[in-house]
Amino acid sequence: MSQSQVRSEYQQPVLPPRISTWWWLGKPSYFAFILRELSCVFVAWFVVYLLLLVRAVTQGDASYQEFLAWSATSRIVLVNIVSLLFLIFHTVTFFDAAPRAMVVKVGSNTVPGSMVLAGHYAGWVAVSAVVCWLLLGV
Amino acid sequence: MRQHAEPYLWLLFSAGGVLSAMLMPALLLLFGLAFPLGWLAPPSHEHMLAVLGNPLTRLVLLGLCVLSLFHWAHRFRHTLHDAVRFTHPMIAALCYGAAVAGSALAAYLLWQIG
Amino acid sequence: MADRIKLQVARYRPEQESEATFDEYEVPCPKEWVVLDGLNHVKDRMDGTLAYRWSCRMGVCGSCGMMVNGEPKLTCATFLTDYAPGPVRVEPLRNFPVIRDLIVDIGDFMRKLATVKPWIVREQEKPLSEGEYLQTPQELDEYKQYSMCINCMLCYSACPVYGLDPHFIGPAAIALAQRYNLDSRDEGASQRMEVLSAHEGLWGCTFVGECTEVCPKHVDPAGAIQRYKLTAAVETVKAFFMPRGA
Repeated sequence: MSQSQVRSEYQQPVLPPRISTWWWLGKPSYFAFILRELSCVFVAWFVVYLLLLVRAVTQGDASYQEFLAWSATSRIVLVNIVSLLFLIFHTVTFFDAAPRAMVVKVGSNTVPGSMVLAGHYAGWVAVSAVVCWLLLGV
Repeated sequence: MRQHAEPYLWLLFSAGGVLSAMLMPALLLLFGLAFPLGWLAPPSHEHMLAVLGNPLTRLVLLGLCVLSLFHWAHRFRHTLHDAVRFTHPMIAALCYGAAVAGSALAAYLLWQIG
Repeated sequence: MADRIKLQVARYRPEQESEATFDEYEVPCPKEWVVLDGLNHVKDRMDGTLAYRWSCRMGVCGSCGMMVNGEPKLTCATFLTDYAPGPVRVEPLRNFPVIRDLIVDIGDFMRKLATVKPWIVREQEKPLSEGEYLQTPQELDEYKQYSMCINCMLCYSACPVYGLDPHFIGPAAIALAQRYNLDSRDEGASQRMEVLSAHEGLWGCTFVGECTEVCPKHVDPAGAIQRYKLTAAVETVKAFFMPRGA
């Protein structure tokens, strides 16, 4: 991916460079894009966190309590606060993309993008409610 | 039509994106903040065993872990290429390889509960 | 409100120099003047050597795309007073090789556009005696937005993927492929799919979305590409399970 001079058909030397390595600092929307992409790191972190939790539960009550205590340490709480912010950012940006990719039709009418988006948010609320109900019990 | 890996990887990425978007915020809010900081009482160990013991729960969690790891792998690999201009033929193999390894680990750990 | 504004215009004279320079011109700034009016004033009355492209001056030909203060814009649709008190920096469209001053070599785009067959492809043309191809308003609506593209290439300037990798086919080419894929008269979707499913075709896009932000005709190429990704992915999976089917 070098930035070597490109000769056009006109046989004139043409001007480099195409784009700087720091292109994503050039505009707020470019920076927001990179932040959105980096949210995937926190998605992966949550998988690790979840698997640690699952392992702790499998190993018994003592391990489970140890996990809860570890999750309460300030370093981990800080990591999780940042992770939660990035995860919510991921959810919002991913839902924004969904109506652009999926054109939903009912008969011959296209469902407006705003309804597809609302459907996603409704799904998010429903799924979150189920999670809370499962964990916080009746 | 010639077969390429990219469409399949993109489908995995999209599925992982949807699942993680739906499930992770609530789960992290509870297990990352609410329970550790004492806003809510954490579920008892028996309760956790009961919830995790349910095969449907384990299936959903397995799907979440596998697809989210592939979501990370696909996005991370593209970001290394686009943002940091870090291109190396091994990057894709390392990212997707890590996702496969993580998926295997998730399957093993979730299997062990039952 | 000042009635004059400074234009800092990029100059590149390959027969004299190997680097771009900037020349400064002070032009009148009536409220209805656009950047193109400023450039025309420079060329007509101040410096006839300035080279740039323009044609319709009303946002339909796609000729006058340039970087105005670092953003890709149609200079016929960008008001000088929006940049008062100035100065206004005018540079050639980013991500394209510069031939001279503000003129870029658009050959790359033209070659890529041709590869996606941006015309109605039919297995069998209807004979004239059978009359026109009829299309309902709903069928027109399916692709109308993507037909608004004026090939101005502002989207190529905005796209960081195209900036990083000149092999990427780019937003407008994919949006125009979709315009024909979604046209009820067209039967060429599978031919276009072959070109676009290559590595530097549609899968190079990471949905930054800047192309849609800068498009002056509201084509939404980013949306067209995402839709096409879903279609292409589904077609790939179908082809895997039914190689000779569908």
